[in-house]
Amino acid sequence: MTPTPPRDEAIGLLRDMLRIRRLEEKSAELYSAGKIRGFLHLYIGQEAVATGAMRALTADDAIVATYREHGHALVRGITAGAIMAEMYGKASGCSRGRGGSMHLFDVSRRFYGGNAIVGGGLPLAVGLALADRMQGKARATACFFGDGATAEGVFQESLNLAALWRLPVLFACENNRYAMGTALDRAQAQTDLCLKATAQGVPAGRVDGMDVLAVLGATQDAVRAVRGGEGPRFLEYQTYRFRAHSMFDPELYRSKAEVEEWKKRDPIPAYVRCLESEGLLAAADLERLEREIAAELSEAVRFAEESPLEPVANLLVDVCTPRPA
Amino acid sequence: MTVAPAGPIRMTYREAVRAALREALAADPRVFLMGEDVGRYGGTYAATKGLLEEFGPERVRDTPLSELTFTGAGIGAALGGMRPILEIMTVNFSLLALDQIVNNAATLRHMSGGQVSVPLVIRMATGAGRQVAAQHSHSLEAWYAHIPGIRVVAPAVLEDARGMLAAALRDPDPVLIFEHAALYGVEGELPAVPRQVDLDRAAVRRSGDDVSLIAYGGTVGKALAAAEQLAAGGISAEVVDLRTLRPLDDATIVGSVRKTHRAVVVDEGWRSGSLAAEVMARIMEQAFYELDAPVARVCTAEVPIPYPKHLEDAALPQPETIVAAARSLVKPRG
Repeated sequence: MTPTPPRDEAIGLLRDMLRIRRLEEKSAELYSAGKIRGFLHLYIGQEAVATGAMRALTADDAIVATYREHGHALVRGITAGAIMAEMYGKASGCSRGRGGSMHLFDVSRRFYGGNAIVGGGLPLAVGLALADRMQGKARATACFFGDGATAEGVFQESLNLAALWRLPVLFACENNRYAMGTALDRAQAQTDLCLKATAQGVPAGRVDGMDVLAVLGATQDAVRAVRGGEGPRFLEYQTYRFRAHSMFDPELYRSKAEVEEWKKRDPIPAYVRCLESEGLLAAADLERLEREIAAELSEAVRFAEESPLEPVANLLVDVCTPRPA
Repeated sequence: MTVAPAGPIRMTYREAVRAALREALAADPRVFLMGEDVGRYGGTYAATKGLLEEFGPERVRDTPLSELTFTGAGIGAALGGMRPILEIMTVNFSLLALDQIVNNAATLRHMSGGQVSVPLVIRMATGAGRQVAAQHSHSLEAWYAHIPGIRVVAPAVLEDARGMLAAALRDPDPVLIFEHAALYGVEGELPAVPRQVDLDRAAVRRSGDDVSLIAYGGTVGKALAAAEQLAAGGISAEVVDLRTLRPLDDATIVGSVRKTHRAVVVDEGWRSGSLAAEVMARIMEQAFYELDAPVARVCTAEVPIPYPKHLEDAALPQPETIVAAARSLVKPRG
């Protein structure tokens, strides 16, 4: 059932989607300026998923994400400054500059990383949930991944094991229709991703990933079941990535018309219209949000710019855990 | 009233591994076992026999044939505060789990800027000599020893089969334990109260003066047999058991070579890109001017391990080939 959050929570959802959007736009700009290097995978278009899903989780729950995880990290509470500094490769980054865009970590927030091996996070989530179960902790692990991951063998294996042992995992599949440049129906004979999940014994549901309230509602229901000991759940969030796969992608595999068609369903204007129609948002509110977010991001960029680099002397630190002398 | 200390106990390598597992499960509620057929079946090599009955299905977990996922789940459980011990049937099957071992277990600490440790132990059988052909017999320890972020050990003697597991569980980082499958039936005596062992140092298993035979895992026994034959011919061979393949104990290797001035590295891996190559390189780097002869090595022939006994025997390092290599470096004393 679609929830109707009170005004401050509703504005909070909009704020988080906007924060992701503006952070990503700023990141792209800084990438072009040569400040951020390596791979940069933008989440623009998919903001409703991370925003709505994360809101359904508590601080006790664990998160495992992918290399397209700036939004998840931000909404989980990692500061824009720590994320930006990480992308700058600075020691003040949330992974001490060691991981970059694809490997944002904050274990204090139970955010177990962006994993850049497609499907690589799924068994980690199963194990985190197993640890919770064995320690008698009634909490959930949410594992985000894309449609591409469902073609990996580890997807079938992980859903099977989680279902077999009734582990508290939410398998959160963001179906943005392309595994890098390969459309789902060009890669998989079975394009009904929910069927793949139910084939492994995991109850599955499909939700409009461009509608933040639908995402929130479906995730709340799934997490309730997961945390209540009913075993894992699979949710397919149907969404779309507006930007290229990474900064190196000329987008030869899809038409501009298709992208434009999806942009009509942009989750942010859609939610703005929804709030306006309910009288929960005035033009001045939106301007205020944008101003606050711009200030947050300019502070984040300043922090990243001014943070020191990790000394080269620390190159080999954290390969192994220091032993007591 | 005092209780007289119990005398040494006679047991097999398999029983030593099992005793170590039982002690680990009894000592720490965070420890659990996970792997294919570790429970009802009792373990492919019977190392876990009886543990399901003793500790129950929560802590002795039979998994599906999903090496990649149960290994990743072990990593996740370690992140979540547990101390999992995984059993992978053979090193050949571990290739199905290689992604999780290399891309997650070995990297998560560094990639997260030191926020996590992965206190995971993976046991797996390795090695040839049982006529089980090319998909159950390989020795790929060197591949794992290549990777920063994990520790790789090879218990060659009963004391290490018994003691390395507890030491591995004390290690906050991932430890891979390679048990040579031909060793499980080897018998020996162990003290009733197990001694603590380290995972840092190589061990001199036989002292000698003329040549160092540097071996690990399944080849240590062969090197000791070779040393016996060499002694009969007047050559005094020292046998070094590497024990830990990553990080290598350069001091013990180089110390032995400084004493004997000659070395034969014995390695059941293939010659090209082998652990033997790494040991030889370190001797060149650190003890070149100590050498009286080029360093030699005895490795497995570069062939997928064949099934028939005569071909398998011919492919593997044997005491006779080790003896021949050592003799080529040193003339017997007159």
